[in-house]
Amino acid sequence: MLEELYNKKKKQLFIGFLIGVGFGFLLDRGGATDFNIIVNQLLLKDFRVLKIIFTAIITGMIGVHLIVKYLPPKLQPKPCRWKPIVIGGLIFGVGFAVLGLCPGTAAGAMGTGAIHAIFGVLGMLLGAGIFASVYTHIEDFMVDSDMGPVTIPESLNVNKWLLILAFSIVLATVMYLLERAGL
Amino acid sequence: MNPLASDMWSPYVVGVGIGVLIWFGFLLSNKAIGCSTAYARTAGMGEKLIRGDKVDEKAYYKKFLPKIDWEWMLVLGVVLGAFISSVLSGSFRIETVPRIWENAFGSSQVLRYIGALIGGLLLGFGARMAGGCTSGHGLSGTSQLSVGSWLAFIFFFIGGIVTALFLYGGV
Repeated sequence: MLEELYNKKKKQLFIGFLIGVGFGFLLDRGGATDFNIIVNQLLLKDFRVLKIIFTAIITGMIGVHLIVKYLPPKLQPKPCRWKPIVIGGLIFGVGFAVLGLCPGTAAGAMGTGAIHAIFGVLGMLLGAGIFASVYTHIEDFMVDSDMGPVTIPESLNVNKWLLILAFSIVLATVMYLLERAGL
Repeated sequence: MNPLASDMWSPYVVGVGIGVLIWFGFLLSNKAIGCSTAYARTAGMGEKLIRGDKVDEKAYYKKFLPKIDWEWMLVLGVVLGAFISSVLSGSFRIETVPRIWENAFGSSQVLRYIGALIGGLLLGFGARMAGGCTSGHGLSGTSQLSVGSWLAFIFFFIGGIVTALFLYGGV
């Protein structure tokens, strides 16, 4: 039944849209569509954004692993290409601080009336377009460190449920300590 | 108190909600939530308007076809969802220069727009190089315990924290 739903193109676009509406709503309620809140996270003054991310990871991690265990969907980890991930990640990070928003939250910020976020979105289109144009020149760099779509339990050869428990405890402990420190 | 009219919810409530949306993505669509490929596809659509169908020949657009897909609709939904939320809470307002930016660089709108454009450019380029953004890597990939996504998530924040301290933190 679920597989049938995956093949219904129009319904899928509508589901994607609805999930997006929920996502945008929650990002705004969390304050993540606000430049000041994102930048205060990066300045390590207010850990609201990381609390949202860590809680989402714990929730998502447990649910997704249960879903792929009992239902048709499979895990779809992205390939681990460490060189472009490290370099691209750092470039992304610089942009993250300058724009004060990321691709998802910038879309949300536009919805809340942030005019400057529109310029951020235009910049992202430009940046993605430039990447598409230079892609053939950097293809070797993009693929030569590819380790495949590996997961942490696979690469450490550890039981994934044990690891899920460990990650949940560590992330929850970090959040508890942040609360205690008044951050 | 009406929760729809309250400006901000607990980050833990929001985090659980986003986690549940990740479940729905897998369950209903067999997809992981992400945002940055939508920008690459839109860039391709824009190029097609200017340069025509030969844009389809670009190797990168063969991987990410310049057309509307699930993730593209998701990003569109994010704009509407945040709009609805901010209208209901009363926090919707036109913002041209954010407070912390103004403290660091002054109240010039033009300067902020140029900064936002440059920041966006780096985000768009970096996300495509890293293969995802704060959503695709930072939420969905980390939830799947993907090695590459945890690495990306860490480097997003290293780059972001160092740059923010330099730009706004007086370092």
